[in-house]
Amino acid sequence: MTALADHLIIAPVVLPLLAGAAMLAFGGDGRRRVSSAINVTSTLALAGIALALLLACDASPAGMLGVYRLGDWPAPFAIVLVADRLSTLMLLLTSLLATAAVVFSLARWHRAGAHFHSLFQFLLTGLNGTFLTGDLFNLFVFFELLLAASYGLALHGSGPARVRAGLHYVVVNLAASLLFLIGVSLIYGVSGTLNMADLAARIPAIRPEDRALLETGAGLLGIAFLVKAGMWPLCLWLPATYAAASPPVASVFAILTKVGAYVVLRLWLLLFGDGAGSSAQLGSDWLLVGGLATVAFGAICTLASQDMPRLAASSVLVSSGTVLAATGMAQVDITGGVLFYMVSSTLGIGALFLLIELIERGREPGADVIAVTREVYGEDFDSEGEVEVVGLVVPATMGMLGIAFIGCGLVIAGLPPLSGFIAKVALLGAALSPPAASEGASVPVASWVLLIVVIVSGLAALIAITRAGIRTFWASPDRVVPDVQLVEVAPVAALLLLCVIQTTHAGPIMRFMESAAQSLHAPGDYVRGVLGTPVLPRAPQGSGR
Amino acid sequence: MEIVLALGIGALAGSGVWLVLRPRTFQVIIGLSLLSYAVNLFIIAMGRLTREAPPVLTARAPGDPAQLADPLPQALVLTAIVISFATTALFLVVLLASRGLTGTDHVDGREPDA
Repeated sequence: MTALADHLIIAPVVLPLLAGAAMLAFGGDGRRRVSSAINVTSTLALAGIALALLLACDASPAGMLGVYRLGDWPAPFAIVLVADRLSTLMLLLTSLLATAAVVFSLARWHRAGAHFHSLFQFLLTGLNGTFLTGDLFNLFVFFELLLAASYGLALHGSGPARVRAGLHYVVVNLAASLLFLIGVSLIYGVSGTLNMADLAARIPAIRPEDRALLETGAGLLGIAFLVKAGMWPLCLWLPATYAAASPPVASVFAILTKVGAYVVLRLWLLLFGDGAGSSAQLGSDWLLVGGLATVAFGAICTLASQDMPRLAASSVLVSSGTVLAATGMAQVDITGGVLFYMVSSTLGIGALFLLIELIERGREPGADVIAVTREVYGEDFDSEGEVEVVGLVVPATMGMLGIAFIGCGLVIAGLPPLSGFIAKVALLGAALSPPAASEGASVPVASWVLLIVVIVSGLAALIAITRAGIRTFWASPDRVVPDVQLVEVAPVAALLLLCVIQTTHAGPIMRFMESAAQSLHAPGDYVRGVLGTPVLPRAPQGSGR
Repeated sequence: MEIVLALGIGALAGSGVWLVLRPRTFQVIIGLSLLSYAVNLFIIAMGRLTREAPPVLTARAPGDPAQLADPLPQALVLTAIVISFATTALFLVVLLASRGLTGTDHVDGREPDA
């Protein structure tokens, strides 16, 4: 590999950091045009880099593109960045969602507050760093970076509702960060290392009397990430914050819950896989039960939500609950399905958050509450003087928004023909045919429960989305056609198109997800890849400076 | 020394948790600060307690690990202090904005119905 390609691994961290800083220096709120140009260019470049990394990763042996040693120190002593299938997949997902959100924001939302573009790039820095890093404490630093940017973005546009929800969001996340620190330091105190691969290699040799401390540390770390992933009962802050955030921000926040899920997938399978001695599969029941409870809670929330932003925020809960519960099953095939589901549902929910704003724009505030009242008290309370119109012409804009809404609904509820259906089939199919079943063993109860909960939550999502759709598109007497620009429809269409591509190319994509799952469940290659990186004789300028 | 440190961390963390659960934003921010002090001390303690031990090797002398302090937790704690300082400052801004917009310092943005 050439020297330039070596450095491509760190580009997803450095590029948005520089872009964000450059915007503070040259763009600023006085020259939004410059900032917008830098932001779009940088985000598009990130998407390109992520795609290149992903393809290179998939082509390389053992699915690991490489290990980037910051400052050229050998692995256990300093921070490394690792690009493997899972992390490049998350990079690509983030950059695609971010591109859609930033293009959407150009129409009007980036003018709603200060320094939107810089904060956006800093958020991307934090996200990309979290996905790439191979060091526990460095993970904390990137995590804080993305949280700090997300505090600013959650408040973007200001207003009492956002500030009130943002206050809770900040407090909950600060408390979770403190738990994260306690967990990291406990693990360090027991094992003497912070490098994830080194940790995985040392855990089997930890003395039995120290295991309790290690497991406590891992548990605290887990709580910190599950708060982020929105596991019930740690998720009560989530619907309010996501529903109050401005639409492009909420759309990007759809990936923030997946950060928690990513870390659980990465760390839990790496540290507490089958090779971890007596600590193997630590807490898998908690993941499974908590995930199922989250799905149930999210499904009830979707049915109970009276406005569309809350509906979308509740779908976030359902999505992350499904991911967590299925991860807790700890089987290779299921994990492959989980990854497929994660991509599809994140894209669908991101598109829904953007779409909702376009739909809501034509309605007066409080229209949802009126609609609910109308359902309860019957139609006749404002039907006087209303003329029956036969063959009403649907404006083109409404038709387009309606079709997009149906598309989002299909992806989120998991109905054919879009990717949500394939994801659920892959997930549940794997759950119902465990490796042991071929020898006549019965399917475990947990799989049946997962099947029922996921199907019922899909039904709940379908009912809620259909109801919201009928209420907005068909039964709204005071309908004003929203003023929608092309740059606002295009991102939604693009995200849905990605879901369509995920459907039509399901074969190769599923194969990729399965190989990613296999390397997650057999982390030997990861550990060898990080610890066994030969120290290259290099010129003094080295890498990473 | 261990018992003093443990009691100190416990007192800080206990007061912090109590304050975080209070309904006023100012109490919450003080609680979070106390909690972060407790966590910072805890990180230091995880590197084992040593007295009068430098964290760096002297030049050209073979180091005896027993005579040295673990430098890593000290580095971690510096980072953690900086980050928690920054996030607390950020929270302070949100707190003031909330006070200004809602006219109350209750964490829910409105006074509970008495």
